Amino acid sequence: MRTRVPLPLLIPAGIGLVFLVLPLAGLLARTPWSSLLTRLAEPEVTTALRLSLVTASVATLVCLLLGVPLAWLLARVEFPGRRIVRALITVPLVLPPVVGGIALLLALGRRGLVGSWLDETFGITLPFTTAGVVIAEAFVALPFLVIAVEGALRGADTRYEEAAATLGATRWTSFTHVTLPLVAPGIAAGAVLCWARALGEFGATITFAGNYPGITQTMPLAVYQTMESGDLEGAVVLSLILLTVSVTILAALRDKWLTAP
Amino acid sequence: MLAVTTSRFAVAGLAVLTTVSLAACGSDGADTAASGGPVTVFAAASLTESFTTLGEQFEAAHPGTTVTFNFGGSSGLATQINEGAPADVFASASPKNMQAVTDAGTPTTFVRNQLVIAVGKGNPKRVAGLADLTAPGLKVALCAEAVPCGAAAKTAVDAAGVTITPVTLEQDVKAALSKVKLGEVDAALVYRTDARTSAADVDAIEFPESAKAVNDYPIAVLGNAKNPAGGQAFVDYVLSADGTKVLTAAGFQAP
Repeated sequence: MRTRVPLPLLIPAGIGLVFLVLPLAGLLARTPWSSLLTRLAEPEVTTALRLSLVTASVATLVCLLLGVPLAWLLARVEFPGRRIVRALITVPLVLPPVVGGIALLLALGRRGLVGSWLDETFGITLPFTTAGVVIAEAFVALPFLVIAVEGALRGADTRYEEAAATLGATRWTSFTHVTLPLVAPGIAAGAVLCWARALGEFGATITFAGNYPGITQTMPLAVYQTMESGDLEGAVVLSLILLTVSVTILAALRDKWLTAP
Repeated sequence: MLAVTTSRFAVAGLAVLTTVSLAACGSDGADTAASGGPVTVFAAASLTESFTTLGEQFEAAHPGTTVTFNFGGSSGLATQINEGAPADVFASASPKNMQAVTDAGTPTTFVRNQLVIAVGKGNPKRVAGLADLTAPGLKVALCAEAVPCGAAAKTAVDAAGVTITPVTLEQDVKAALSKVKLGEVDAALVYRTDARTSAADVDAIEFPESAKAVNDYPIAVLGNAKNPAGGQAFVDYVLSADGTKVLTAAGFQAP
């Protein structure tokens, strides 16, 4: 298998790698290592970090509950307008997150399409609440999960499901006992992708949920506010903390779930 | 399991990207110096309308010169300038953020501005003063303390001796105002000038404590300006009678 790697592939690949790694090197080069631990102990930082981890996890849960059935529908059921539905699902992917935040305000805000009804009927308003943060994150992250799971479903062998059907299994039984275990690695990969996207969410969150410590100020918002206030060093430290925590969690999850044969 | 393998790569890449990519504060103006001499002006968000007008008038008065603006929260602009963003002129909404810019020349105070309470059209919640903003259930947006409108709000609120718990701390005055316009909050402390530009959507409630939190707006040509002459010309125009006319029409006070 020892073949020469063609230069036209090697050179752009190397440049691509440098392009991705260089900003991280910049971050590390400016990190005031001595103040890292003291910053980590600051209540504002722990509050924002906890809020980030909780909201990203809840958002991922929401995405799993809604996204897996949606992916199954797209992969397994022929229905008119399926292509349009698939295109609609990718819209949040191409939408700038700030635009997503404005769209969420116009739909779920106090005067929004559904939000005004929620407010008048139940007295529920979503902007400026932690639930609003989860909604913003789930809105942006859901397509990642749906696309990953749909891909896994399409790649999975349908003969197992057919066999289950011939043995008398209902479609629901076949889904829970055959399909789900079959595509579990794909679902796990999609969930991790979804969680990572939710954790880094900024634009939709600050636009829809606002920015208040302990309630809606997640780590990316805290990083932004710290930098805007002129404390670049603090912003670098917060970025590094978020980066370390997310990479550690992802690495741990990868070892546990994603090392499929 | 090809799908899993590829998305595993995507996971690693995305984790890094999404966690580190912050808001790219757009400041991609400032082309390379051309014969006409482009002038890049970083200005407080509250100057958006009046400086845009001034820029057009300045360009008309100086053919061949183009002015590019980057409007935003003064503190964020100061950070961008300190990190090497190419700006010729900085107009800040408070002296504090001007001082944060290490290479600002000698700043001149060109206008002053003070806060009002912006409420929805017709003042549905009957807000009459700062004390009304403490009412439970009333949603208030303030600027973050790092930005001048937030610092001024804190001074005014302290002077009134009340405690306001906002639902959100916005990064510049325009963001706070837009939350009122959208109806997402009932009130926000914004500058009189901002409330005036949005008079179609919001009402401005004057309150006495705002007199204790008047912001001076300094303007300066920056030390490492690429076009110091053009920058100075723009500053001179802002300080001229024509400039003052536009600014006072927008509701700014003379210094």
